[in-house]
Amino acid sequence: MEMSTIMERHIKVPLSNEEALTLQSGDYVYLTGTIYTARDAAHKRMYEALSNGEALPIDMGNNVIYYMGPSPAREGRPIGSAGPTTSSRMDKYAPALLDLGLKGMIGKGKRSQEVRDAIIRNGAVYFAAVGGAGALLSRSIIASEVIAYDDLGTEAIRRLEIKEFPVIVVIDAQGNNLYETAIEEYKKD
Amino acid sequence: MRTIDVSVITQNIKEMCIEANHFLSEDMEKALKLATKEENAPLGRQILEQLQKNMKIAGEDMIPICQDTGMAVIFMEIGQEVHFEGGALADAINEGVRQGYIEGYLRKSVVKDPIYRENTKDNTPAVIYYEMTLGDKVKITVAPKGFGSENMSRVFMLKPSDGIEGVKNAILTAVKEAGPNACPPMVVGVGIGGTFEKCALLAKKALTRSVNERSEIPYVRELEEEMLLKINESGIGPGGLGGSTTALAVNVNTYPTHIAGLPVAINICCHVNRHAIRVV
Ligand code: SF4
Repeated sequence: MEMSTIMERHIKVPLSNEEALTLQSGDYVYLTGTIYTARDAAHKRMYEALSNGEALPIDMGNNVIYYMGPSPAREGRPIGSAGPTTSSRMDKYAPALLDLGLKGMIGKGKRSQEVRDAIIRNGAVYFAAVGGAGALLSRSIIASEVIAYDDLGTEAIRRLEIKEFPVIVVIDAQGNNLYETAIEEYKKD
Repeated sequence: MRTIDVSVITQNIKEMCIEANHFLSEDMEKALKLATKEENAPLGRQILEQLQKNMKIAGEDMIPICQDTGMAVIFMEIGQEVHFEGGALADAINEGVRQGYIEGYLRKSVVKDPIYRENTKDNTPAVIYYEMTLGDKVKITVAPKGFGSENMSRVFMLKPSDGIEGVKNAILTAVKEAGPNACPPMVVGVGIGGTFEKCALLAKKALTRSVNERSEIPYVRELEEEMLLKINESGIGPGGLGGSTTALAVNVNTYPTHIAGLPVAINICCHVNRHAIRVV
């Protein structure tokens, strides 16, 4: 069976509660607005901050986190190569952030059942960006600024201004998972 | 006897780190192009087109193909008539990596200690393998390895009675578990035989072989072809989002082994299968 059309949407970020609920697994979405980057080391630090009752460097409410650590920017460019990293390494930390209002995550690869449950519980969305397309994706990033954990280098938290940044909805707020449904659709045995 | 100053090695390694991270070898480019034509999922096709566009932008704008510019894996095949002077060869290689990653705007992804994890800030040290060959030339292969796919790699210590079916199972298990995490379409490097570490090294080296080049051993060639078909029937597809292009090639290397063992290693690589090769 062949999917005849790909549903394309243009969405503003931060992501509103209402809009998040309308996104469906399999939608091809262009995001425009502000998002934040954080990967392994930044998540570990945020998690420790939460355990110690300290405030996080970014407010989670309706925000989208991009699991990404860029390559250095050349002069005159906002950022270097900027594709997604494997999300499962953030699975340990993601449910706590979702419960604080995080609306979306952009990464690549499978998520745990705990993350999926937290997505459903909070009406959030898991997007995939195309892994290994960091040069192409960098063209949709118009500004980048380190706002926390500067000492972590590529793993610092950055605020990104993005324009028509292409992602695909993998897990929607109903818990549908494109990684599972797409394989079923295209496997031959 | 031929004398080579190690500064020549530094210069070459530096250039090769930059080259490998911005340009894929011709066989990889062709394989991606062909896959785009043959992919039957609309979303899969769209992703493969993006990957081609990505490569074009990388080369034109000198932005790395992928932000994970890898840990530098370096194979040195050294003719036994070569004599190095001007310092320690390993230092010269690491100096090349340092210069390449800093001057080439490549990401520094190496931490000094696996537990304490402090970034070395220049992507050193490299992982270096030395091999002695005949003659007075040095063949250098620089293969920066990304860890999204490296993390999905496996070693299986099979029993001899598991035979070829056991090997096939191992390969399919590793690929299916890797799925979207390894940035498919993948290139699958397989090592069969040797010892625990030797099969892993065979698998790693298999990734540096052209994706169009099949094994000369008839049963291995058949295995490569059959596994590629089976993997592409898995449905994983480009980006793991469904389709018929899950792998571009399966490259298998073999080596003699012990009467009691059948080691198999599967080194998964993404579509950013980088390697620059030079003979000095
Ligand atoms: S697995 Fe390969 S393509 Fe994917 S992020 Fe890592 S290096 Fe890049």
